Amino acid sequence: MKYLGLVWSALFRRKTRTIFTLLSVVAAFLLFGLLNSVRDAFASAGHSVAGASRLITISKVSFMMELPKSIYTRIQAVPGVSEVAYINWFGGIYQDPKNFFANEAVSPNLFDVYPEFKLPAAELKAFQQTRTGAVVGASLAAHFHWKIGDQIPLQATIFPQKSGSNTWTFDLVGIYHVANRSEKQQENALFFHWKYFDEARAFGNGKVGWYVEKIAQPKDADRIAAAIDALSANSDHETKTQSEDAFQTSFASQFANIGLIVGSIMGAVFFTLVLLTGNTMAQAVRERIPELAILKTIGFSNRSVLALVLAESVLLLMIGGAAGLALADLAVSFIRARLGAVPMLPVGLESWLLGLALMALIGLLVGALPARRGMRLRIVDALAGR
Amino acid sequence: MLRQTGYALAIAAIAIVPIIVLVILPAWAVGACLAAFVVWLALTRSGRQAWSATKVGIATIPQRLGSSCVVLIGIAGVVGVLVALLAMAEGLRATLQQTGSNDTAIVLRAGSQTEVNSVLDHEAAVLVAQEPQVMHDAQGYPIASPEILTAASIPRKGNGLDGTAPIRGVGDRVWELYPRLRIIAGRRFRPGLRELIVGKNAAREFTDTALGSTLDLNGQPWTVVGEFDSGDSHDSELWADANVVATTYHRGDSFSSVTVRLKSPKLFDAFKAAIASDPQLKVEVKTTRAYFDAQSEGLTKIIRVLGTTVAVIMAIGAVFGALNTMYAAVATRTREIATLRAIGFRGGPVVVSVLIETLLLAVAGGVVGAGIAWALFDNYTASTLGANFSQLVFQFRITPALVASGLKWAIAIGFLGGLFPALRAARMPVTDGLREL
Repeated sequence: MKYLGLVWSALFRRKTRTIFTLLSVVAAFLLFGLLNSVRDAFASAGHSVAGASRLITISKVSFMMELPKSIYTRIQAVPGVSEVAYINWFGGIYQDPKNFFANEAVSPNLFDVYPEFKLPAAELKAFQQTRTGAVVGASLAAHFHWKIGDQIPLQATIFPQKSGSNTWTFDLVGIYHVANRSEKQQENALFFHWKYFDEARAFGNGKVGWYVEKIAQPKDADRIAAAIDALSANSDHETKTQSEDAFQTSFASQFANIGLIVGSIMGAVFFTLVLLTGNTMAQAVRERIPELAILKTIGFSNRSVLALVLAESVLLLMIGGAAGLALADLAVSFIRARLGAVPMLPVGLESWLLGLALMALIGLLVGALPARRGMRLRIVDALAGR
Repeated sequence: MLRQTGYALAIAAIAIVPIIVLVILPAWAVGACLAAFVVWLALTRSGRQAWSATKVGIATIPQRLGSSCVVLIGIAGVVGVLVALLAMAEGLRATLQQTGSNDTAIVLRAGSQTEVNSVLDHEAAVLVAQEPQVMHDAQGYPIASPEILTAASIPRKGNGLDGTAPIRGVGDRVWELYPRLRIIAGRRFRPGLRELIVGKNAAREFTDTALGSTLDLNGQPWTVVGEFDSGDSHDSELWADANVVATTYHRGDSFSSVTVRLKSPKLFDAFKAAIASDPQLKVEVKTTRAYFDAQSEGLTKIIRVLGTTVAVIMAIGAVFGALNTMYAAVATRTREIATLRAIGFRGGPVVVSVLIETLLLAVAGGVVGAGIAWALFDNYTASTLGANFSQLVFQFRITPALVASGLKWAIAIGFLGGLFPALRAARMPVTDGLREL
């Protein structure tokens, strides 16, 4: 610590050069923060802590095929299943097709099966009692400035009403929150009553999109899934039941290999960054050879010279990296507030830790060669300018 | 200090102008400017001075190879990432755009946006095909294909996870509707049988889609009897007789959409009006070009915005890297530059020579970056979830236009990174420079 002043003044010996290098580091870590937020959002899409105790039953043919409502009670009777919810994808549009968000017709016990969706008791009661009631996630409500009591008209894309109208209007009676940061994406949804939906829709009545089962013991998942699928084996509506995680993983993998794309960009960015700062450090040490020789003359050991140069490059990366990540944090908050349903998660503790580790690693990497050079220099040659 | 900052800001403001011009100008205009510049170098006195000063600079690059490489690689990174991401957007756009045309029209239930959401009853399908604008084939049948778009969960080849394969049931006249489609292996499916033909991309994407294999759809065995290539997004699909698909999927006698070939693209408005005036039809009509273009719009826009944002941030980093390198280059060549000034070279040519040197490095970086992107990603096959909630396979496409725009970015970065060091070189007092060790 006592050498901080020395390292600091060495770092800012050439102000312009250090500032330029710092700015490239800031740019690199800004990008890291933004991309990591996107990667996080895709990696955790649909996954939640509570998901371990949930199974999803879809049609074996394709998740787009509907299942009969009639198997509901039979699924409920399967030993180990504690609660069953059913959901229909509605696919309605609010004002403009660009305002995409999930809107689904759900059974009244949805919030028992998804305990991580926190809905105040009074609002839950209001939802149960309002036929045309709807509940939305807090992020979605904030984005469209919706408040309780608002009427939300959705344009149906799949299900017109019996009256022939394509417009379904819902009364907003509740707003739910999701506490866990990595599950915030789940707040971008609107739920309304399946009963109302089924009574009013023009066709497809008596069918549901998929079932969600809450199970008492996650370790029984395979047995219960097999038992549920056995209910409709060899019928014309065979089902496929799997854990929520498995379902989400196979669904998300269809979008594209986001991890690979983001990973290659990050690779390109950091490769460039290492070269750039490495070049700066090499220049800085080359210029200072006589100074380093003097340090050695007055008694600094080889090892402390090595440590000084390494500390300098790590400090450079830390200052720039921290500034970049802080900027990314601000940018992500801004984008999420402005655009609403974007696949980005707030920059969290994990991103910061990963970022700090990368800063230290890159700092050591780019400092290594120049530091070795500083450590190995011979005082006599260095002072003579050889 | 204040004066220096003011000066730097003023120069930056001036530098923005050529950058904006560069971004706006089409590639041929940039080429023309370059040609004019070469003429200036070759023919005028100051141009020739600049060129000889540049030659001195270039000759010393090998002495500063490491730091010159930083400029090159930094810019290669920006251009490589930009070109690769834009190639993805371009591939997606091209695949969907080729699927549509202006002389075929698609009819969907009003408000449904996509085929998979749409349901048309049998009468609607018959009525649409009877409109007078629809072309008829040699046997006198209207060229119209009532289609069902649905899906099947089939394990994907890459990761073994279930993917959603689009299953399209098509009508008897479908072959005249899509004349580009060729059967590349096996044969067409026979109407009335549980036979499938697979698009070449679907065959690559999903397991059990090879010729002769059997797929289980809703508990019924289907046989793959052929593979087709249509050069567009239909290549991601599996096709079969619409009536048999309807039976398997319990669709009764309804369809998802009807696609028709018009006698002429000019008749589209008349066709649309005829359908709108029929009170029995609650449908919407689009040319297939408009329909498929709309499908690619959202996703390509997201990819373009992402690519440009990433490239801008990387470019900022690269500009500072180039600045560092070129300041260092000017500093190490202080004596040379002062000597040039002393023997009569003017400031302008010195500025130009440093700029040319940076730009050459930048363009080399741009070429390397675009080259790497081309080698790794041209025709790279990717898939995503399309507008119909099923797999859409497409190839990355690196077009000359993309490479040109990558090079424009490289030139812009090189220009910004070289300008300030070049000005410093020219403003250096000659006497101080000569004394420098």
